[in-house]
Amino acid sequence: MMSPLNSVVLYQLGPIPITQAVVTTWGIMIVLVVGAFLLTRRLDLVPTRRQAALELVVVTLDSQITETSGARPGPYRSFIGTLFLFILVANWSSLIPGVEPPTAHLETDAALAALVFVSVIWFGIVGDGVGGYLKSFAAPNPVMIPLNILQSLTRVFSMFVRLFGNVMSGVFVIGIVASLAGLLVPIPLMALDLLTGLVQAYIFAVLALVFISSTIKDGQPEAPETPTKKEI
Amino acid sequence: MDYLRLASIVSAAFAVAFGALGPALAEGRAVAAAMEAIARQPEAANTISRTLFVGLAMIETTAIYCLVIALLLLFANPLLV
Repeated sequence: MMSPLNSVVLYQLGPIPITQAVVTTWGIMIVLVVGAFLLTRRLDLVPTRRQAALELVVVTLDSQITETSGARPGPYRSFIGTLFLFILVANWSSLIPGVEPPTAHLETDAALAALVFVSVIWFGIVGDGVGGYLKSFAAPNPVMIPLNILQSLTRVFSMFVRLFGNVMSGVFVIGIVASLAGLLVPIPLMALDLLTGLVQAYIFAVLALVFISSTIKDGQPEAPETPTKKEI
Repeated sequence: MDYLRLASIVSAAFAVAFGALGPALAEGRAVAAAMEAIARQPEAANTISRTLFVGLAMIETTAIYCLVIALLLLFANPLLV
C-alpha cells in the first residue's frame, strides 16, 4: 500500500521536485483567486444575489473573529479568512475524483503552520511593538519564559499534526474501504469526511486567531479589567 | 520469522487502540458537560459550542499523535531499512 507519508513526484523543475500536492495547491489557488476576482467585480450599494451571498460570508467571518478574539476584525479578516477558505477548499477537493487533498500531505500542513507561526510574531510586533512582543513571553511571570518559548513551537507543531492526521486518516480510510467494496459503501464515510474537513478548517482558523490574540493580550501593559471584555 | 517487523505491526495496533481510549473518554465527558451547560443556559449555546469544538480538537490531537506514531512504525520505521 502507498505510504501516506510519501508524496508522488510528478516532474522535476530544475532541482526542485514538483509533487502532486503542489500542483493541486496551485489549482486551488487559481480557483480561489480567479473566483474572488470574478465575484467581486461590479460591487454595488444595492446588492445583487451574488453580492448578498458574499456579504453573508464576510459578515459571518467578521462576527466569528470578533466573538473569538474580542478585537475588531479588520486586521485579521484577510489572513484568517484566507486560511479558512483555503483549508476548506483543499479538504473538500477530495470530492473531485482523482484529486487528493493537499492537506493530506505533511508539507502543505507544515507550510500553513509555519505561516501561523510567522503571523503570530508579525501581529504581536504590530500590536504591541517589539518590546511588547518580547514581554508576552514573560506572561504571567518571568519563570514561565522557557515554557512559553517551548509552547510557541509545540502549538504550531500540534496544529500541523492535527490537520495532517485528520485529513490524511479520512483519505486513508476511504481508500481502504473503496478497495474492499467500491460501490456506494464509501459514501457515508465521504460525508463524514466532509464534516471533518469543515470542522478542521474552522478549528485551524480559530486556533490561529486564539494564538495571535493571546500573544497581543499578553504583550500589552497591565490594564484594568474592561467591562466589555469578551470571553474566549 | 522477522520479529522486528512483527513487533512494529503489533505495537502500531496497540498505539492506535490505547491511544483512542483516553481521548474517547475525555471527549465523552467534554460533550456531556457542554450539553448540560447548553441545557441550563441555551442563550450561551454559541460560545459554549465554539469553545467545545476547540477543546475537542485539542483532546483529539492526542489520538492523532498516536495515529501518526503508528504510521511512522508501519511506513517509515527507522529500524527496518
